[in-house]
Amino acid sequence: MSVIVKEVGRALGRADERLPVASGLKKNLRKVFPDHWSFMLGEIALYSFLILLLTGVYLTIFFKPSMTDVVYHGSYQPLVGVPMTEAYSSALGISFDVRGGLLIRQIHHWAALFFMAAMMVHMFRIFFTGAFRKPREFNWIIGGSMILIGLLEGFAGYSLPDDLLSGVGVRIVAGIVESIPIVGTYLLFFIFGGQYPGTDFIPRLYTFHVLLVPGILLASVGLHLVLVFYHKHTQYPGPGRTNENVVGFPLFPVYTAKAGGFFFVVFGVTVLISALVTINPIWAYGPYVPDQVTAGSQPDWYIGFVDGALRAFPSWESQFWGHTWSWNIFLPCVVLPGLMVTALLAYPFIESWVTGETGEHHLLDRPRNAATRTSLGAMAIAFYGVLVINGANDIIAAAFNLSINQLTWFTRIGIFIIPPLVFLSTHRFCMGLQRRDRELLLHGRESGQILRLPHGEFIEIHTPISDDQKAVILSKRDIAPLAIPAATDQNGVATPGLAGKKIRAKLSGFFFQDNVARPSAAEIEAAHHHAHEVHDHEITELHEAGKQAPSQLTD
Amino acid sequence: MSNSHGTDLNVHAATGDEPVFPLPPHHHRLTDTDPRAAKRAERQIATMFILSALGMVGFVVAYVMVPTTSYLDLGPVGVLQTSNLLLGLTFGTATLLIGVAAIHWAKKLMADEEIIDHRHPVGSTDEDREEALAAFNAGVAESGFAERPLLRRTLIAALALFPIPLIVLLKDMGPLPGDSLRHTIWRKGSRIVIDVSGQPLRPEDMSVGSLVSASPADLNDIQEAEGNQNARAKASIILVRMKPGEIVSEQGEGWSYQGILAFSKICTHVGCPIALYQQRTHHLLCPCHQSTFDLADSGAVVFGPAARRMPQLPITVDNEGYLVAQSDFHEPVGPSFWERP
Repeated sequence: MSVIVKEVGRALGRADERLPVASGLKKNLRKVFPDHWSFMLGEIALYSFLILLLTGVYLTIFFKPSMTDVVYHGSYQPLVGVPMTEAYSSALGISFDVRGGLLIRQIHHWAALFFMAAMMVHMFRIFFTGAFRKPREFNWIIGGSMILIGLLEGFAGYSLPDDLLSGVGVRIVAGIVESIPIVGTYLLFFIFGGQYPGTDFIPRLYTFHVLLVPGILLASVGLHLVLVFYHKHTQYPGPGRTNENVVGFPLFPVYTAKAGGFFFVVFGVTVLISALVTINPIWAYGPYVPDQVTAGSQPDWYIGFVDGALRAFPSWESQFWGHTWSWNIFLPCVVLPGLMVTALLAYPFIESWVTGETGEHHLLDRPRNAATRTSLGAMAIAFYGVLVINGANDIIAAAFNLSINQLTWFTRIGIFIIPPLVFLSTHRFCMGLQRRDRELLLHGRESGQILRLPHGEFIEIHTPISDDQKAVILSKRDIAPLAIPAATDQNGVATPGLAGKKIRAKLSGFFFQDNVARPSAAEIEAAHHHAHEVHDHEITELHEAGKQAPSQLTD
Repeated sequence: MSNSHGTDLNVHAATGDEPVFPLPPHHHRLTDTDPRAAKRAERQIATMFILSALGMVGFVVAYVMVPTTSYLDLGPVGVLQTSNLLLGLTFGTATLLIGVAAIHWAKKLMADEEIIDHRHPVGSTDEDREEALAAFNAGVAESGFAERPLLRRTLIAALALFPIPLIVLLKDMGPLPGDSLRHTIWRKGSRIVIDVSGQPLRPEDMSVGSLVSASPADLNDIQEAEGNQNARAKASIILVRMKPGEIVSEQGEGWSYQGILAFSKICTHVGCPIALYQQRTHHLLCPCHQSTFDLADSGAVVFGPAARRMPQLPITVDNEGYLVAQSDFHEPVGPSFWERP
């Protein structure tokens, strides 16, 4: 046995005398985790977050969060002698005078983009497979909140270097704050320590970015993982997999190696991209000056949907009682994101109310089998996508030589038309897949072999599907829509809470009325029996009669 | 097969005869059956670990040898900082190799037989719940929280006011707005200077169709005195010159001078500075959110999300023939705000 293993054993023994390490390890070393590529998405988010913490700490060593005016004298020649804030000057210093500084800055920025993207795609996976259902609703809320917090954290970090591009972003946020009714102007003055831009904002934002928000994120990540660990991971349906078990590989050694190795893969790939692809070249933008702007200003992609909504919103503003209501800013930038996040966080509770299910769910849904949920999710992504695309409408207009006005109108109308179309087409798609599954169970797969029977009829031979495939398809659970309640019971007494029950029944119908029922065992048996009777008998006979090949066509 | 607990009343799963599919038999990998394949995998993994270690050494060498001021011109790819490239390539590859090797090890050599663990209901047992409830009730009873409403209510009152000092303390984060958003540093006789050079302007310096970014002559002194850029954020203007006949309307009688008009440069939407000007249509387009203003028609909004026209600065010339402001703006510049009448 290797020396390392022996020494680790001894150290654990000594530790166990002080803390019951062994009891914890006994339970968890061989804890089972199911295997699927889509379970890596959350890992990418987690590892990107760790990379952000590591590189972020390094950057704080050299970054000076100060808006004091200085004149640049670093090694980036084009800006020598230009007045700028100390924040921008030190960010240039990190990029040009600290060895490896540019690399760490670029890793930090790339990792932030990956962090947000991985969290969102991970959320899509959770949503479409129904992993948010009981008992995991609270973990859905933690995850959804982390996306919102991550968005604020990303924006804060993006704004710290105080370059011309990020400064314009801060100017826009100041304008959004001003649009908030009643308290907006006061909030602006409290956040900026007076009028925009002042000299307090960067130092305040710095504390927010490196202390307050990372602390909240770290606590959320910890809680998120504890819950994943405690609930045991969900698994996809398949042979041997039920709602009462978890099938997979042990935490030690397989997942220690795979997940630990995957951290290095994510880190390595992020470093390689940072070595090869420039991100946020702040030196090219120049220092922030409030009366300058770069054409084609774009925020980082995850802010794009807010900017897209702001660009598309009509120019509504009203005056009531001597006050200004900036609907054109307040609705798209404060109310709309608020509603989107609320709908996101509330979804598990809405769905469980509609379905009336109270049991635990550990076996994942195949998206097709929850057609309405899947379509709602696709619709939400389409809504978000239209806004993101509109956030780049100037770039698209320039690249494809289109009219910016027409593009804006396309978004204004499309935001109401495209998501419902996506809903409908996704629903049809899911229904088709459900029918196909039913068909596969009843009649098997079309083999492509055409057989001509002695009396001239052509038939196609269907081959039964494998047990593995059957196990997957048969995991479908059919839920009948709730009946619309009668206004009074048989004694003529009015049903209590009738309106609520009716809404619930209607929503339940919306969710489940189109469901293609899974065939019962009897139906499957009957279908197979039928097939045997009609064809198999004749096929066998033909095969055996003189070993002559029947007129067979293969495509 | 369906939920062992819970009340799924409306689940009509196929009754009783749910088929059970056992875990399929385990297939051995080549590395399980062929020792030579296992040895080969071992060699591959070890090679990756060695290359990784070499890469880390390479990183240190690059750190010591390559200055940050050296650049690599890769033609169409662009110019890259050599140090960034080498440090990233060595460290990134070395890190990636650790990960790939570990995963390869797990996939090829570690046991790959799936194991089954059983789930138990997530919640506590009924017994535990009852005990917890009893303990809680005992605590409530011993505290007298239920029997002493006076204590309960005064405690709630005290706790309700507890956050107030913490909120009040935030008051000094900034001064109150007052009327500061309504004014800029422009006043009667402020000389208009070109933003970049600080040169004062005469009407004849501007040709028809041109646009100039400008600011008040005393802006830099004020900025110096205040130690911030607040004055600049509100006072920046653009000057445009058109043929007097092209001007459809103005925000005030006699606010332009020989076809030269001055407008705020700060968008009335969310405050981006604007300088995209189309001579032929006299439209001013905001690069951030595409609000479009017609400068020949009182700066009215013709497209986009902005709700208010671009404020016009009344200008004239002083007795030396330089362009000056007649007064401050007559309405607040920049984004709308609640107190704006």
